[in-house]
Amino acid sequence: MTALDSPAKPAGASAPSPTSRRGRRRRATALAPRDKLVLGLMLGVPSLLHLALVWVPALGSVGLSFSSWDGIGGFADIDWVGFQNYVDIFTRYPRFWPAVQHNLIWLLFLLVVPTVAGLLLAVLLDRQLRFGRIYQSALYLPMVVSLALVGFIWQLIYQPEQGLLNNVLGTASTDPVNWLGDPDINLYAVLVAAGWRHTGYVMLLYLAGLKSVDPALKEAAALDGANAWQTFFRVTFPVLKPVNVVVLVVTVIEGLRAFDIVYVINKGRNGLELLSVLVTDNIIGESSRIGWGSALAVVLLLISLGFIITYLFQVFREEERT
Amino acid sequence: MTLAFRPARVALHAFLVLTCLATLAPLLWALYASLRTYDDTARNGYFSVAESLTLDNFTTAWTQADLPHYYLNTLIVTVPALVLVLLLSSMVAYGVSRFGFRFNVALLMLFTAGNLLPQQVIVTPLWRLYLLTPLPSWLSDSGMLLDSQLGLVLIHVAFQSGFCVFVLSNYMKTIPRELGEAARVDGAGVFRQYWQVILPLCRPALAALATLEFTWIYNDFLWALVLIQTGEKMPITSALQNLKGTFFVDNNLVAAGSLLVALPTLVVFFVLQRQFIGGLTLGSTKG
Repeated sequence: MTALDSPAKPAGASAPSPTSRRGRRRRATALAPRDKLVLGLMLGVPSLLHLALVWVPALGSVGLSFSSWDGIGGFADIDWVGFQNYVDIFTRYPRFWPAVQHNLIWLLFLLVVPTVAGLLLAVLLDRQLRFGRIYQSALYLPMVVSLALVGFIWQLIYQPEQGLLNNVLGTASTDPVNWLGDPDINLYAVLVAAGWRHTGYVMLLYLAGLKSVDPALKEAAALDGANAWQTFFRVTFPVLKPVNVVVLVVTVIEGLRAFDIVYVINKGRNGLELLSVLVTDNIIGESSRIGWGSALAVVLLLISLGFIITYLFQVFREEERT
Repeated sequence: MTLAFRPARVALHAFLVLTCLATLAPLLWALYASLRTYDDTARNGYFSVAESLTLDNFTTAWTQADLPHYYLNTLIVTVPALVLVLLLSSMVAYGVSRFGFRFNVALLMLFTAGNLLPQQVIVTPLWRLYLLTPLPSWLSDSGMLLDSQLGLVLIHVAFQSGFCVFVLSNYMKTIPRELGEAARVDGAGVFRQYWQVILPLCRPALAALATLEFTWIYNDFLWALVLIQTGEKMPITSALQNLKGTFFVDNNLVAAGSLLVALPTLVVFFVLQRQFIGGLTLGSTKG
């Protein structure tokens, strides 16, 4: 499992940087015209595709969020309405604030429960342990099941009379809880299912991080008389900071993207409203309000941007260090 | 190991076994429901000992809902998307990691950030863009990029290339520069250096990415839901939603159908677990 990440780490660290930099500059100027053209194509075609289908639409969302457009007719028919969509969304749209609240609960839950569980399991498994590989495989398994399928499979557990949960609790025949139908609890029921899938991923990230912690650090702490608890919180955990950032960003992005699971359960209604659902409703729902949907998308973009920048900062600052 | 008999070890194993069982429980429950007959569960409920176990639900789900058709839909999208995303991403990664262009870091950041955007930020204008892009009928029977398999392939390639460029460029940086150098002295152009020297050395990273990307593209729900409008053309993950109401009417069939849809990713996971895990660690833990 670590066969792949071990060579990735030494990176440029081993190569003396002054010579390699000089070498790079010389190479850039020494390219033959034909090579320049080939390189231009190799870099240009994929970049253009990425720009055209990812960044142009993302910026398009920003632009169109200031318009009122039902998507019919050409661009000339677009009414520009300034911040009207935003004002309406914030003040008059009944589904908006519940969705924001649900998204926040979603983020908080994922950041606490699967993260703590994943870290705990990673610490427990980061040692010579019989059956260690089997445990890991079992815990990773939910990761490969799509979030949409997680929705289907967990419906079998949450059904009021026939579901596993109420039968195990013994409430199926007397007073069955409608786990997915009751708007007060269905969000949490769905979050348990989403967390079920996410825990393995967090565990994987922490396990890889723990493996890269220098054992000498732990030995030194042990020699100094630190117990296991102290060693972990004072020595290991601080070294894991880059992994923590990755887990944070991955979890937040996962939380903001969440859509499939609530969509297959009840199309994201009745307590399961999320920002992602509101955006999508404007394309595949009855109403096709491009400007409105775009404004909602921009809200999502603004929330995610902070975390994306944090991630880039973390990753590329390390890049410069090496 | 004598350590294994210490009480702490026993407690640890007990805890891990229970956690693993709890983790597998939802899938095992689905498997159990899928193996029982409808009569059995209708009479005794699902929370009961099975009278008999049968694979009938799987054959019914397979034929009634015409699952092979939807597997094929997925295959038509997944394979080209997989090949293209690895090819295009490795080209960008090669350029960015082996040459000292000034825009390298900016380009890498653009790809990395693009991959982290929530799809919903992109989807509305993209849907509109696809609606506006005409295609010849031999490429798309809808006459446009919307509702065409090509459109689905393109967005997978564009969106996933962010992650692949990031991973591959990190990997390529670890390949000694001298290797490309030697080929250059022998008169190989940049493309031959890429194709014959660098790419073969990236095989482990490419294998890991291929495994991961297969799972992600296979599991895609949103792109197909929005960009494919004809139910018949839906890849299997998104098609399940429609199939549920029409063909999968009881829990036994829903369970069997769900497991059949999950099967390819489960197989990939069991066969290529090392690559799968490797791909994720390669992409997410730097340093």
